[in-house]
Amino acid sequence: MTHPFPFSAIVGQDEMKLAMVLTAIDPSIGGVLVFGDRGTGKSTAVRALAALLPPIKVVTDCPYNSASFAQCPDPDVIKTRKLVNRPTPVIDLPLGVTEDRVVGALDIEKALTEGKKQFEPGLLARAHRGYLYIDEVNLLEDHIVDLLLDVAVSGENVVEREGLSIRHPARFVLVGSGNPEEGELRPQLLDRFGLSVEVASPTDIEDRIEVIRRRDAYENDADAFLEHWSSEDAALRKAILSGRRRLAKIRTDDAILAECAKLCVALGSDGLRGELTLLRAARALAAFRGNRIVKTSHLREIAASALRHRLRRDPLDEAGSTTRVLRAVDQVLA
Amino acid sequence: MTAPSQDWQNATLALTLLAVDPSGLAGIMLRARSGPARDRFIAALGPALSPRALKRIHPGTTDDQLFGGLDLTATLDRGEAVLTEGLFGDAPSAFLLTMAERCPPGLTARIARAMDTANGHALIALDEGIDDEAPPEALADRLAFHIDLNAVTHRDCPEIILDSDRIEIARNRLQKVSIPAEFIANVTKVGMQLGIGSLRAPNFVLRAARTLAAIQKQDIVTQANVTTAAALVFGPRATMLPEDPQQDQTESPSNEPEQDTEQGKTETVEQIPEEILLQAVAASLPKDFLDRIKDTQSARTAQGSGGSGAARKGNRRGRPKPSQRGQLGSAARIDLIATLRAAAPWQSIRKQAAYAPQRNIHIRASDIRLKKFEEKSDRLLIFAVDASGSAALARLAEAKGAVELLLAEAYARRDHVALIAFRGTKADLLLPPTRSLVQTKRRLSSLPGGGGTPLAAGLEAALLLAESTRTKGLTPTIAVLTDGRANIALDGTASRISASEDARTVARQIRARQTPALVIDTGNRPQGSLQDLARELSAPYLPLPRADAHKVSQAIEAVLE
Repeated sequence: MTHPFPFSAIVGQDEMKLAMVLTAIDPSIGGVLVFGDRGTGKSTAVRALAALLPPIKVVTDCPYNSASFAQCPDPDVIKTRKLVNRPTPVIDLPLGVTEDRVVGALDIEKALTEGKKQFEPGLLARAHRGYLYIDEVNLLEDHIVDLLLDVAVSGENVVEREGLSIRHPARFVLVGSGNPEEGELRPQLLDRFGLSVEVASPTDIEDRIEVIRRRDAYENDADAFLEHWSSEDAALRKAILSGRRRLAKIRTDDAILAECAKLCVALGSDGLRGELTLLRAARALAAFRGNRIVKTSHLREIAASALRHRLRRDPLDEAGSTTRVLRAVDQVLA
Repeated sequence: MTAPSQDWQNATLALTLLAVDPSGLAGIMLRARSGPARDRFIAALGPALSPRALKRIHPGTTDDQLFGGLDLTATLDRGEAVLTEGLFGDAPSAFLLTMAERCPPGLTARIARAMDTANGHALIALDEGIDDEAPPEALADRLAFHIDLNAVTHRDCPEIILDSDRIEIARNRLQKVSIPAEFIANVTKVGMQLGIGSLRAPNFVLRAARTLAAIQKQDIVTQANVTTAAALVFGPRATMLPEDPQQDQTESPSNEPEQDTEQGKTETVEQIPEEILLQAVAASLPKDFLDRIKDTQSARTAQGSGGSGAARKGNRRGRPKPSQRGQLGSAARIDLIATLRAAAPWQSIRKQAAYAPQRNIHIRASDIRLKKFEEKSDRLLIFAVDASGSAALARLAEAKGAVELLLAEAYARRDHVALIAFRGTKADLLLPPTRSLVQTKRRLSSLPGGGGTPLAAGLEAALLLAESTRTKGLTPTIAVLTDGRANIALDGTASRISASEDARTVARQIRARQTPALVIDTGNRPQGSLQDLARELSAPYLPLPRADAHKVSQAIEAVLE
């Protein structure tokens, strides 16, 4: 396939699309967790997002996607200091990947054949300033998920192994997807993801028909289809870019902070990540919508995504976590 | 005679369509044990899919082989990195995946990703599963056709001969075929009425219809094309029967075919196309459709959960063990020190060898040592719950609550839970081993109760499950919840004496296999017979009258610790 399916041509799944756009505006929100059935456009959306995002400037030879020569963690490997435009990296993390491949390790080839001790950067280095996508994140080995979330939160990859001592920046947005029926994530890990969305096959018949119609058009004549949607994609890209610029100037009143806190207390979410993420996501949403201050309506819109995975599990409560969040939102933000 | 040859016709048609549009239709899921029909079908694959190379893969194929990696022997020999190209390389190919039902989740995800992103690979997945075993849903969903050849005998499968010129012409025509917009809507609606959630399926119907049109040298897809394609693609995927006024035809499967043809003749004129389509698919459904729905659903969930916990041999974490000689693959970590130590004694000899290049250290592939770790396997708690008699509903509800509570706690301890209910004359596996709370809630939402107490059958089912999961790397524990009046023997006869005798026999077998167990007596007064049973199992006996979910889960946890 030459070009992925356009992001704006994905029918429905508004919550997932919004969550991804918000992390593009403010990567510090943390990752996105997408849970849902098969064939609902999870992977399509992630791959489309890569094509949608504006390119980044990187040093040509730098395996760490550094923005300037001064920032390169390993200046020895750089041959030209020229900057080039590259598409925002979206790195696929395959299941069954080893720790070495993720964090990087001693370059065994070089060690064995040349007797040199050199660090071979892993997937984390390649994902710097971009996205790291894990399909079936619930099937990934737990220690790899721990490690990923740790790096994602700290923004730095520290390698202390096999006589190497390396640290390099690794700031990326983690996108995990999976099907909850095949196994669940531990609550500690769930909490580390910024936003979580649930996707389902569209039940509305017109939506379904539209999905098939667009898919058919795309497969039949990809170029014409991309051409048709390029203006919408461009508009969305512009909105993301202006959202990024506006983000720093967004004003947050104390009343909003109080509402965040009240909501999290009402839901009994552990720790303070809930409040922080809720606030960041609401700011990003305000920036995306072109507002100058965060309003209650922003909180209301993003509350389910930011909080539904942080609730204490009550296995005997039949209501899903989404309903519980919405119930609390109605009570607290009435 | 008609049904099996229909399967073969479907297989032939599916192969023809795949030959014309391999990248769009993605492949075939072929459920067949080895036999003449399968052999003939596989023999036809190569010629049909040419010029694509047909490559065989199996669930044990390593990542290096599939996606490329370092050729260690050559690298060490030449002193420079020699990379092998994986099977999923650049050129579009056709893959024959054998034993797809044993495909581990990791490999499934990687193959699925390769098929999603790469340039039009086609996959023929051979499903050799028996009963409940089924290939991973993630793969099945991505393949257009699901064909079952198990009922085809050697007489019913004439050799498949495809006209390569015609296929070539059809391939060239494919781009030009257009599809009327109303078909798209109809196909989507029909897919939904058949309970097919995935949107890949309607998409495959449209592609198959277009391919059919190309083969028949039309420029526009006709109703007949769509009907054939829908029957072929939707038929095996349907999970429910359409809600349709002619529902009764499926209630009495014996006269289904003739009724259908009648309707086909008489109602074609006034019916809207969507209904014709629906009927065509419904007619293509096998006669035992309703039974099969149940089977496939249980197989599906069993697969999903069984896979995630199984096969943890743990060569990456756990307690370190001495390093071993081995192949450097993607899943292994090299123990550098041990490798150098293994190579050290040979250095002087290797340097003197005439062909040796000038190098400081000489390392051969046979020196490579890998780090090994040992890991404790996950635990599986099997609930065998008495669903008989008057107290059944309450007991089942509490057992269900206990299962959910244990699962909620299970994350930290890596426990899996399964639930067997026994009532009437037999035992049913209501919840296959799982760690998923979502799945548990769904599957245990309604529980049947009442009837006799086939305690022996319940124990036997628990034993079988324990044995089959042990091979997958789980450590099973059995918890029996009953009030103890066993009155149905293994063979289904109602006799208290032989029933308790059978129960004791099975209990001894469980003990002989060293499966830990626990007997919870939920009766109002402690039962002597259950204490005996616990002794046979060499298991703790816990009288818990009016047990609630919390008490049960606490008791079980106390025993497990």
